[in-house]
Amino acid sequence: MSYIPHTDAERRQMLEVIGVRRIEDLFYDVPERTRFPKLNLPPPLSEMEVMWELQALSETNADVDHYPIFLGAGAYNHFIPSTVDYVLSRGEFYTAYTPYQPEISQGTLQAMFEYQSLIVNLTGMEVSNASHYDGATSLAEAVILALNASRRQRRKVLLSPAIHPEYRQVVRTYTQGMGLTVTGDEDPTAALPQLLSQLDENTACLCLQVPNFFGELEEVQGVAEAVHNAGALFVVVCDPISLGLFQPPGAYGADVVVGEGQPLGIPLSFGGPYLGFFATRMEHVRRMAGRLVGETVDMQGRRGYVLTLSTREQHIRREKATSNICTNQGLMALAAAVYLSTMGRCGLRQVAELCYHKAHYAAAEIAKLEGYAVVTKRPFFKEFVVRCPRPVAEINRELLDDYGIIGGFDLSIHYPHLANHMLVCVTEMNTREEIDEFVQALAEVGEG
Amino acid sequence: MTEPTIYELSSPGRCGVTLPQPDVPLAELPHEWLREALPLPEVSQADLVRHYVHLSQMNYAVDIGFYPLGSCTMKYNPKVNEQAARLPGFARTHPLQPLESVQGNLQLMYELQEWLKEIGGFAGCSLQPAAGAHGELSGVLMMRKYHLDRGDTGRTKILIPDSAHGTNPASTTMSGLQMVELPSDERGNVDLEALRAACGPDVVGMMLTNPNTLGLFDEHMEEISALVHGCGGLLYGDGANLNALLGISKPGDLGFDVMHYNLHKTFSTPHGGGGPGSGPVLCSAELAPYLPGPIVAIDEAASDEDNVVYKLVMPEKSIGRVRAFYGNFGMFVRAYAYIRILGPEGLRAVSEHAVLNANYLLARLRGTYPVPYDRICKHEFVIEGRIEGAPTVRALDISKRLIDYGFHPPTNYFPLIVREALMIEPTETESKETLDAFAEALLRIAEEARTDPELLHTAPHKAPVSRLDEVRAARELVLCARPVGAD
Repeated sequence: MSYIPHTDAERRQMLEVIGVRRIEDLFYDVPERTRFPKLNLPPPLSEMEVMWELQALSETNADVDHYPIFLGAGAYNHFIPSTVDYVLSRGEFYTAYTPYQPEISQGTLQAMFEYQSLIVNLTGMEVSNASHYDGATSLAEAVILALNASRRQRRKVLLSPAIHPEYRQVVRTYTQGMGLTVTGDEDPTAALPQLLSQLDENTACLCLQVPNFFGELEEVQGVAEAVHNAGALFVVVCDPISLGLFQPPGAYGADVVVGEGQPLGIPLSFGGPYLGFFATRMEHVRRMAGRLVGETVDMQGRRGYVLTLSTREQHIRREKATSNICTNQGLMALAAAVYLSTMGRCGLRQVAELCYHKAHYAAAEIAKLEGYAVVTKRPFFKEFVVRCPRPVAEINRELLDDYGIIGGFDLSIHYPHLANHMLVCVTEMNTREEIDEFVQALAEVGEG
Repeated sequence: MTEPTIYELSSPGRCGVTLPQPDVPLAELPHEWLREALPLPEVSQADLVRHYVHLSQMNYAVDIGFYPLGSCTMKYNPKVNEQAARLPGFARTHPLQPLESVQGNLQLMYELQEWLKEIGGFAGCSLQPAAGAHGELSGVLMMRKYHLDRGDTGRTKILIPDSAHGTNPASTTMSGLQMVELPSDERGNVDLEALRAACGPDVVGMMLTNPNTLGLFDEHMEEISALVHGCGGLLYGDGANLNALLGISKPGDLGFDVMHYNLHKTFSTPHGGGGPGSGPVLCSAELAPYLPGPIVAIDEAASDEDNVVYKLVMPEKSIGRVRAFYGNFGMFVRAYAYIRILGPEGLRAVSEHAVLNANYLLARLRGTYPVPYDRICKHEFVIEGRIEGAPTVRALDISKRLIDYGFHPPTNYFPLIVREALMIEPTETESKETLDAFAEALLRIAEEARTDPELLHTAPHKAPVSRLDEVRAARELVLCARPVGAD
C-alpha cells in the first residue's frame, strides 16, 4: 500500500508497545453492531489504471481547448500565465495548513498579505481579507457585515435583479434564519431608480453588480450618496478584470466590494475551486469575516507577518464570531496574487482592453445578422445580450453538435421575460477567427 | 530571513508576461468610466518567480516533514491526485456548458456522491459546500428547515459539547439558533446527565464530533443517539475526525442524521495553506429533500441499457444553494482518485493505521507528559504541555521548540477543556521511524525544559523568523503593503 508505510514487523512492535494484541482491539469502544462494516466500493486500482480511467472520463467532456467558448455568466475563460501553476504546484505552498504557526509559515502569510494589498489596490478600498469560498458567498458575508454594522437594527436587504441569480439565491440561503427581508429583485426588470426608491430607515444595504449580470456598466453616479443618505451600506459585486480598465468601486463610494476572483488565474474547473474576494473600509474591519494577515516584527525586530484580529473568528469567539468560516480558499488567493503580479499594471489593462474590443467587435458583427439584435444599450465590458430568432437552448445544441462551439448563456433560465435571449461572453482568449466562425454559425442556425 | 514585498520589487515599465495585439478593430472606450491609476506591481518574470520560490522556502508543509496538527488530518497528498485534477478535460470545462457536453464531470460527481454515501451509511449527499464549516452551516440549516416544514416551530436550540470545534457554535448562530453547551465527563465523554436534562421539545438537534477532539470515541454513543432522537431532535456529525472511522463504523449506523465530510482531511485533498477545502454534506433519507443543491442524479428518461445520462437536480425542499455552481470540483477529482486507488480494504487500512499510529505515539509519550483522559484513543490524542520540574514552561514553548527539531507543532490550546493542551494527530501516512523521531524530540524537549527553560521560551531558533509580536500586529494594524512611490 503506497500511502501506508508500515511493515508487518513494525505493526507487531507498535502493538506490543501499545499493549494490545491486534489492531481490531483498538476499536473496542465502537458499538459492536456497527463495527467493521463491508464497504460496497469498487476494488482498488493502480496509479496507472486510475489515470487511464480518469483520462478517458475527462475526454468525454467538451473542453474549451477544443471548443471555442462564448459562455461566461460568472465563470470566465481567461488566459492563465505559466507562472501561476508553477507557483501553485510547489508542495511548500499547497501541502501547508492555515498559517497558525507564523514562524514556519511566513511564505503563506506574506503571500496572503500581498494578496490583500493587491485586492485593496485593485478595488480602491482600504482593507481586504484573505478570501471567501466564491463570489456568491462573499456577497452573503457582505450582507451580514451590513446587518451587523446596523447592530442588527436594520432588517432589509436590497438586491438588484441584475446581480448574478445564483448569488442572490446564496444570500437567501445564508440569511434564512436571520429574520431578514431580502428584496428588490422580485421584478426582474427593475432598474436602478426603482431599487433606490425602496431605500428606507430599515435598509441595511443595497447591493449592485458592476458590470452587472448582463455585462452592462450601471449608472453608478449618485448611488452611494443616496444609499448613505438612507444610512445604509453600498455593496458592489464586480469583475476583477474589468477593474484593469474601469473605475474601481472605491472611487464611486462603495462600502464593501466583493466578487468572483476566478478570472485572476484560476481554471474554469467546472465551477470550483474559485475565490471570493472581499474588501471594505477600515471602519468595518472588525466586522469583517475570514482570515486577515497583518505585518509585525519578530524578537529581533525583523519584519514578519501573522494572522491578526482573530478575536473576530470562530476558533476564538465561537458562537459570537462574525462568521463560521474557517478554511477559506488560500491557494486560490495565491493564484490571484501571482496572476496580478505577473500581469502587473500594464498587463491587466491590456487584458481588459482586449476583452472590451473583442466583445464590441462580436456585438457589432452579430448586430448585422438577420433575426438577431443586440439589446444591450448601456456601455458594456465583455458580455452583452443578444435577442435570437429561436430558443437559446436549441441554438446552443446546434452550435455544439454542428460547429463545435459552446454558445452563450440562456437567460430564460433565470429571467422568464428574456426568452430567446443569449448572454454572450467574449474574452482575450477568443480570436477574431473564432468570433467570425461563431457569427457565421449563428447566422446559419438562426434560419432554423 | 526577510523577503521584499512584491511592491518593493516593482519598477515602472516592467511586465511579467507578453500579450497579443488586438486582432479586431478598436472600439471607443467609455471615457467617463476609465480609471486613472492602477497601482499594481511591475516586475519581470524571473524576479517574480524567485520571489515566490523564496516565499515557499519560508513555509513548512507536509511535503517537507511531519505535520501532526490535531483535528486537521495532515496526511500525505498523493501526487496522482494533482495530475488528475489538472487533466484539461476536467480543468478546462465551464460549469454552465450544456449538460450533454460535461457528462464525464457529472458521472464523476455522481459516483463520488454514491461512494461517500456508502462509506458513511447515508442515503443523500450534496457535494456543494466548499469547506467543513460550510457543510456544517448547510447541515444545521437542513435540520432547522426539517422541523419547520413539519410545523414544529418551537425548536431553537442546538446542543454542543464543550470539546467541540469553534465552527459548531458559529454555524449555529449563523443559522439563527441558540447553542446550549454540554459538559464532558471524567472519561472525556459527553456528560449523559447534562444531555438528558437538556433534551426537550425546544431542541433542533445535537452537534457531535465522534471521535471527539480529545481523540476519544464516546463510550455512550448509543445512549446519546437515543436521548437526542427521543426528544425529537436530530443528530449532526462533525466529520472533521472521520479519518478514524473509514471501514470501522458507518456514522449513519451510529445514529447520525446529517454529517459533513472534509475531503481535504480524510480524502487526501491538499490543504493549500488554508483552502480550498471541500465539505460535502451527507444525510438520511428523511433529510435528503433538504440538501443544498443542485446535486447529480441519473436522468432515467434519457438513459438506456448502454448509456447512462446524468443531470443536475435541486432537492425538492432544499435549503437552497450555498454557493454558486456545484462545489469545488477540482477537489472531487482528487478525492475520487484517492478512493479509487485505495478501494474498500485500503480505506479501512487508512483508519486502522491512523489509530495505530496515534496509540503508539501516545504510549511513547505517556509518563513524560500528563495525559488528561488516558484510554485507547482513536486517530488523535491530547496531552498536557506541562513538565514536572519546569514550572515556567508552557505548551506554546514546547510547540515552538519542536520547530527547531524539524517538526510542525501539534494543535495547541485546543480543545479548551484541557489546560495547556497539545493535540496530536499523526495520520496513517507516517512511518514508525518518523513517529519515533518525533517522540524522541518531545522527550528531549522535556529534559531541556528542566535544564534550560530559556531555550524553550525563546524558541524557535532555527526558523526563518523568531517569535512574532502578535499584540503589535493587532494594535497597529498594517494590513496592506503601500505601493512604492505612492503618496
